[in-house]
Amino acid sequence: MEPREEVLALLAENARYTLEDIARMTDLTAAEAEALIAELEDEGVIAGYQAVVNWRVADRERARAEVELNVTLDRETSYDDIARRIAGFPEVKTLQLVSGNYDFLARVEAGSTREISRFVSERIAPVPEITQTVTHFVMDTYKEQGIQMNGGGDEDDRLSISP
Amino acid sequence: MTQNRSQDREHRAIEVSERVADVPPSGIRRYFELAEEVEDIISLGVGEPDFSAPWAIREAAIASLERGATSYTTNRGLRSLREAIETYVHRRFDLGYSAENEVLVTTGASEAVDLAIRTLVDPDDVVAVVEPTYLSYRPIGRLTGAEVIGVPTAVEDDFRVTPERLAGAGADEADVLVMCYPNNPTGAVMQIDALRRVGTFAREHDLTIISDEIYAELSYEDDHVSIASLPGMRERTVVINGFSKAFAMTGLRLGYALGPAHVIDAMNRIHQYTMLSSPTTAQHAALEGLRSCLDEVGSMRQSYDRRRKFVLARLAELGIDCFEAKGAFYVFPRCPWPDEERFVESLLEEEQVAVVPGHVFGESGDGHLRVSYATSLEQLREAMSRLERFLAE
Ligand SMILES: Cc1ncc(COP(=O)(O)O)c(C=O)c1O
Repeated sequence: MEPREEVLALLAENARYTLEDIARMTDLTAAEAEALIAELEDEGVIAGYQAVVNWRVADRERARAEVELNVTLDRETSYDDIARRIAGFPEVKTLQLVSGNYDFLARVEAGSTREISRFVSERIAPVPEITQTVTHFVMDTYKEQGIQMNGGGDEDDRLSISP
Repeated sequence: MTQNRSQDREHRAIEVSERVADVPPSGIRRYFELAEEVEDIISLGVGEPDFSAPWAIREAAIASLERGATSYTTNRGLRSLREAIETYVHRRFDLGYSAENEVLVTTGASEAVDLAIRTLVDPDDVVAVVEPTYLSYRPIGRLTGAEVIGVPTAVEDDFRVTPERLAGAGADEADVLVMCYPNNPTGAVMQIDALRRVGTFAREHDLTIISDEIYAELSYEDDHVSIASLPGMRERTVVINGFSKAFAMTGLRLGYALGPAHVIDAMNRIHQYTMLSSPTTAQHAALEGLRSCLDEVGSMRQSYDRRRKFVLARLAELGIDCFEAKGAFYVFPRCPWPDEERFVESLLEEEQVAVVPGHVFGESGDGHLRVSYATSLEQLREAMSRLERFLAE
């Protein structure tokens, strides 16, 4: 693997690897790894870093919904234009244009399901190009960013010493 | 009380055979017992993957059970599995073995080792085992009544076996040579030139080779080369491989042997009576592994490689001398103390980190430690910090 790819793969796996750890796992020095990461950040290849939090365990569970959005386009308005209007709301955590029965899929987070309902009906639905919304409240999360939640995952039942 | 006494009497009444009584207890047993007593242990003494088998493999096992596939298979293993093995070893290692009569599916590579040795060795033969070595070959060799000699390898040669080492150990007089690369416990690999020299030696001295290649997928710098793929070597080699390491399937117990038809036929003659057939569920699981899990095998390999580099780098930082192991999931550093056993015990006692002393894998492992990196990076990081603290004290 190229050093760039390797550093990206490592950070995508665990953004908290230290520069020293990255250096140990690659053929780079810590200083080289640091420079490469700065470069990746500057170029926007690395868009940010976040922890994968299991809010339920933290006892700070927030309400979440996956919202399907149907839109109509006209000569002046593109998907990008509509996406920009929706993505601007902080309640919208992810927004994707998708194939299939609807156009956008938005993940929305707020303090309660009521707040989400209000947000969708007062902020999203009134956008003129939006013709329909379908809101799916999330009831439980089993896997997030490749990490299993709520007791998922494999047990380690190995003997402490084996040949 | 009464019961105990009658049990004692039973012990005395039943005598185990001399051959079995002669088999020494496994050298790692003691360390296992020590480690079992320790809480909050980080074990770098484990000889199996920390991954569970890929999900698709587990699903295939479950699906086979749901279909009711709980009968014996043919002795040699499911035809479809043998065909998948034929294709896989051809693509991956350039080995040509026919599913028809040159592949035998076994209950772990362990059974294949047992069958190969019993099939090839007569009581008066000499079996040469390249050391440091995985623990099974010697006792199984002894059980046949043969003389077993060790062929020491050394860190100066990166623990590769050479014609000089073979000749020095008297292996020119041997009938069978057992070798294992990528190696447990050293992590050593053999590249094509080194294998050629061993092949030439084997042809000159008419040695049959049992090549345990169970770690073949775990070769990090260069692709694994099988000695049986070299000109003139196929006819004098039995290749052993399996699903335990690469596919993280240790508990499913599935391996295989590859060899000339008459040898596989002879091995099958024992297998049909002692095993009948290998576990059916595991055969279905393994078939799915070969069909759809090679990418996952690749990502596990990548994961091990990162940990390997991490551990080698940390050991170097701690001033511990370690040759660059390029295969399996072990590194084999020199023990920082002259007394390896005391080091292992103190490290376990004071820092709850388990490693295995090199001498249990043969005399030439003396003065070394087997450190397994089949453990998460977080655990490895913690283990290395504990080791650092231990050395500072
Ligand atoms: C070199 C070597 N050969 C064979 C085996 C046994 O493998 P299996 O689980 O397929 O019986 C092991 C397991 O540790 C091993 O390290």
